[in-house]
Amino acid sequence: MWDELVGGTFIGIAAAMVWLGLGRISGMTSVLSGLFTVLQPQKRWALWFFIGLLAAYPASLMMGLSRPIVITDNVMLLLSGGFLVGIGTYIGNGCTSGHGVCGMGRLSHRSILATVVFMSAGIATVAVMNAVGVTL
Amino acid sequence: MKILIALLGGFIFGLGLLVSGMNDPAKVRGFLDVFGEWRPELIAVMGSAVTVFFIAYQLSRKWKAPLFSERFHLPNLKVVDKNLIVGAILFGVGWGLVGLCPGPALVNLLTFDSSILWFVGALLVGNRLAHVWSVQKKH
Repeated sequence: MWDELVGGTFIGIAAAMVWLGLGRISGMTSVLSGLFTVLQPQKRWALWFFIGLLAAYPASLMMGLSRPIVITDNVMLLLSGGFLVGIGTYIGNGCTSGHGVCGMGRLSHRSILATVVFMSAGIATVAVMNAVGVTL
Repeated sequence: MKILIALLGGFIFGLGLLVSGMNDPAKVRGFLDVFGEWRPELIAVMGSAVTVFFIAYQLSRKWKAPLFSERFHLPNLKVVDKNLIVGAILFGVGWGLVGLCPGPALVNLLTFDSSILWFVGALLVGNRLAHVWSVQKKH
């Protein structure tokens, strides 16, 4: 439980820094889309945020904080999952960070609803996969 | 200073994802497996992150502008529309299929795990396709 609380606090502090310092919502969907528009000066923060994000994994290795992850190697599942997440977060204007952390923290009605909907869809998807016996 | 804040923000955000285990698809799918072998621990990640950001946001309401920028950039969309709901459903299904949302997918990139690379490739394709659609719709 401590890892989750400490990790979540880090995420909250990072989002607070970016909001109070730059006036930007730390949404990964914005960062991702921002990578395609880095030539616009007002979107450039997304590139630096992205570089910092990438540096976190090698740093965690050096600090001995990293743990192995378990992920499916089913390419069809990976491609359809990635594609749906890419489309969905773009048209829904946010994901777990933008809606789930920053939007909920702002008590935005849109973000609270979006978070309830994507969590429910995720729970339903896992339940259906278990019911029909899709093993990863 | 702006660059330093963005870099540090991304770095600390990424460490948070790694320390909390949000970057582990198996753990995330366990969290979503409410009707099976539920692993509820990840609630604490969202709970603590939302609480810290809530405090920062309340503080900022008394400020005219952020420290190193001319204004606060709040999302300009205010009403609930079809895009919000449809987008959240598609995202949730994809999230459940693999157990990765965008932040953790990106923070795992330098593991060079082939599964992560397939997922991020498809994520970028989906993002750009949706972008092209939305640009066409506006014209």
